Amino acid sequence: MRYETIPTVYEASVPGRHGIDLPTPDVPLSPLPAAGLRSDRPLPELSQLDVVRHFLALSQRNFGVDTGFYPLGSCTMKFNPKINEQIARLPGFAEPHPLQDPESVQGNLTLMFELQQWLMAIGGFAAVSLQPAAGAHGEFTGLLMIRAYHRDRGDTERTRILIPDSAHGTNPASTTMAGFTAVELPSDARGNIDLEAVRAACDADVAGIMITNPNTIGLFEEQIVEVVRLVHECGGLVYGDGANMNALAGIARPGDLGFDVMHYNLHKTFSTPHGGGGPGAGPVGVSARLKDFLPGPVIKRDGEHFAPAMPEKSIGRVSTFFGNFGMFVRAVAYIRQHGLAGLRANSEHAVLNANYLRVKLRNLFTLPFDRTCMHEFVCQGVIHGTGVRAIDISKRLLDYGFHPPTNYFPLIVPEALMIEPTETEAKPTLDAFVTAMEAIAKEAQRDPALIKGAPHETPVRRLDEVKAARELVLTDRAKTGSG
Amino acid sequence: MTYVPHTDRERADMLKAIGASSIEELFSDVPQSVRFPDVKLPLPISEFEVAREMQVLANCNFAVDPSRCFLGAGVYQHFRPATVDYVLSRGEFYTSYTQYQPETSQGFLQALFEYQSMICRLTGMEVSNASHYDGATALAEAVLLALNVGSGKRNTVVLSPAVHPQYRAVIRTYLRGTHAATIIGDDDAKTGLDQLKTLLDQNTAALVIQNPNFFGQCEAVDGLADAVHRAGALLIVVTDPIALGLFQPPGAYGADVVTAEGQPLGIPPSFGGPHLGIFAARMAHVRRMSGHLVGETVDAEGRRGYVLTLATREQHIRRAKATSNICTNSAVCALAAATYLSTMGTQGLRCVAELCFHNSHYAAIEIGRLKGFAINPQAPAQPFFKEFVMRLPGPASVINARLRERHGIIGGYDLGRDYLHLRDHMLIAVTEVHSRADIDQLVAALREAAS
Repeated sequence: MRYETIPTVYEASVPGRHGIDLPTPDVPLSPLPAAGLRSDRPLPELSQLDVVRHFLALSQRNFGVDTGFYPLGSCTMKFNPKINEQIARLPGFAEPHPLQDPESVQGNLTLMFELQQWLMAIGGFAAVSLQPAAGAHGEFTGLLMIRAYHRDRGDTERTRILIPDSAHGTNPASTTMAGFTAVELPSDARGNIDLEAVRAACDADVAGIMITNPNTIGLFEEQIVEVVRLVHECGGLVYGDGANMNALAGIARPGDLGFDVMHYNLHKTFSTPHGGGGPGAGPVGVSARLKDFLPGPVIKRDGEHFAPAMPEKSIGRVSTFFGNFGMFVRAVAYIRQHGLAGLRANSEHAVLNANYLRVKLRNLFTLPFDRTCMHEFVCQGVIHGTGVRAIDISKRLLDYGFHPPTNYFPLIVPEALMIEPTETEAKPTLDAFVTAMEAIAKEAQRDPALIKGAPHETPVRRLDEVKAARELVLTDRAKTGSG
Repeated sequence: MTYVPHTDRERADMLKAIGASSIEELFSDVPQSVRFPDVKLPLPISEFEVAREMQVLANCNFAVDPSRCFLGAGVYQHFRPATVDYVLSRGEFYTSYTQYQPETSQGFLQALFEYQSMICRLTGMEVSNASHYDGATALAEAVLLALNVGSGKRNTVVLSPAVHPQYRAVIRTYLRGTHAATIIGDDDAKTGLDQLKTLLDQNTAALVIQNPNFFGQCEAVDGLADAVHRAGALLIVVTDPIALGLFQPPGAYGADVVTAEGQPLGIPPSFGGPHLGIFAARMAHVRRMSGHLVGETVDAEGRRGYVLTLATREQHIRRAKATSNICTNSAVCALAAATYLSTMGTQGLRCVAELCFHNSHYAAIEIGRLKGFAINPQAPAQPFFKEFVMRLPGPASVINARLRERHGIIGGYDLGRDYLHLRDHMLIAVTEVHSRADIDQLVAALREAAS
């Protein structure tokens, strides 16, 4: 099939065309200001059918979970239940204004209060704030709380945050934004954070540690209890990156392991859609000692009445209003439908699926840490003697109708392919993925150029990323009619 | 109910392949003392029951027809063309993630590229990112950018008190980790632009204003950028994208960075989120910007295509030295805005803006005639766009409760919550969703509520 380039909305624009009628003003007109008005034509001019066909055509050149298997590691691309989309669009949820009198939005405040309670229960925390808009936003929030906690105790010399070398890039980036210095710690031969390195690094400068468990290799940290103890003993706090909570919901509670603060990714564990990059939601749960520092407002209950309140020593607001409420609606519907048994079944089958793929692929690819994994695992995407690399395998997978795994992350595994199947995929899908991988491995032996030149079936072939970065064309150059 | 598809047979086959006797066995790395906790959650219910239960909860909210809501202050009732939700409902879009594999994400990449293009034209800027969380966090990142440009030598941010109070709060939270930075200018709520200009000096990283400001008024921006640039600082402008259908863009009066809340562009109020952070700047600042950027390029056969570009700014490459930690953004809301702006076109957005202008002015004139009310008493001569301040003959909370209970109307924002000198003042938003009849009902209800 030959794909034609889709003209941009500016290229398709015809001056004088219009997409919508608006009411004629029925009030007496007021004189517009004499100066400061614009006379250019900044926007494209299209008919409504043009708009619909344009965006429909674009959607057909995009791959979502609804399209097919999407084993993008660390992102938990599970099924997004359709009922949740319907519920979030109910006028009672979609229309209320965040500044309405709390008396008039008790339904929404009840919903937020319940979500706070449920996330506390699932993570084993003393309190939750729903404010942060995404996982990284939750990290930043958690680190600001850790900072405020130490300062509140007159402890101003703690400047360092320990971070394993397998961590998401957001961890060190959030650390810098929160005014700390990130200290990278090595991993050991079993894929755990190196306990001796933790021991050596723990001193009076340490504000805390950021740890992902299961870690980004998909392995449960075998010495987590000891790591938490060491950090606490030196006066630091433990931040949990909850990106991988889809392995643990209903299985173990980070709070029970001694974590002081963790963000949840509602768009991972609790199925709110990823939206092509967002919006997500990154609520934070905390142990008792950080409770008063949470960003607000949080929702408090007084008898049958719910009201927003700022925690006593709050770090303040991290976003406007109540955070990404529309995502809370979906997450509440999801948790309500699952209960503890359902959440636990999700984690169990996410882990079952990952281990199944791991054993099915271990003969094709090197697994640097070949032990029972949690909800994801990492292999090296190299087919020896062919020059075929992780990126080539990923691109060839596109021709087989699969979204590729995460590439080149975590950084500690060369040519990493990080595979997270999630619990909502059935065995035949996993088997088809294995078959495709086997076929690609054979193709690589027979005709490596075929793989290195992939993809062949997509609307565009491999794209020149160097040219994009060097020439920086970031807006459409097509001109519309001048005003 | 779960969405796990496994049959007993499949489960058994898979366990056998793995060499495990049970699923529980796969969790033996989890310390036994904490494994399989009892978690207090309600028992699961079916999809049908969830839908019913959630409808009951939704009904507990006082959700009025948008034409009966006059509350704005950062979230607005605007008409949302049907095309927007049609596009947002495409599973190929909303169930995808960040476009790290461009060959299979050309649709979203092109839509975001078009979004960037439209935002640049609308704001008069040269580069827009592919979205930020919301208007406040976009502004906070703009302030961090300005401090970064000031490279440690310029550590003061001059902040107008007429910037949305919650945005100012978010900036303060964001700067908690940036030790040297200080914010001045907004401690006295009455400080105007002329006084803010006198605060500019060699330590200033940026002047931050909102235009139209939080009170709905258009600021006198002539010569402002010159003054800021003479001091060697950046001008950061928070704006309302609907206002840009009518008024000259911040780029035309010299802004260096423009941020905005994109919610008015086809996104429902949704009790405050998710919304859309708009972030646009001069090209000179592109390498210091946060967030994803989509760039045009060609494929191996020379065909046009799109990729995420300048990733070397971002956390997954640069880690501790990244310009920001942002990863997940608000892409689907940017898609909504792109659809909205494409549907509206220049003429449509102009119509919306003019309706906002005329309807709000009509409301202001009519309310101004009521006994005990005054419109924009602090700045009666300053032009306004779609919001205005009204002084009330009594407490805002009392009047709002009466409007709601007796008339089914949601009144304005109680300005006394944020501004001491504006006790018994309310901020009212009137847009294209309010007809003359809706406004007349508000006026009659206010007359009754105040008596």
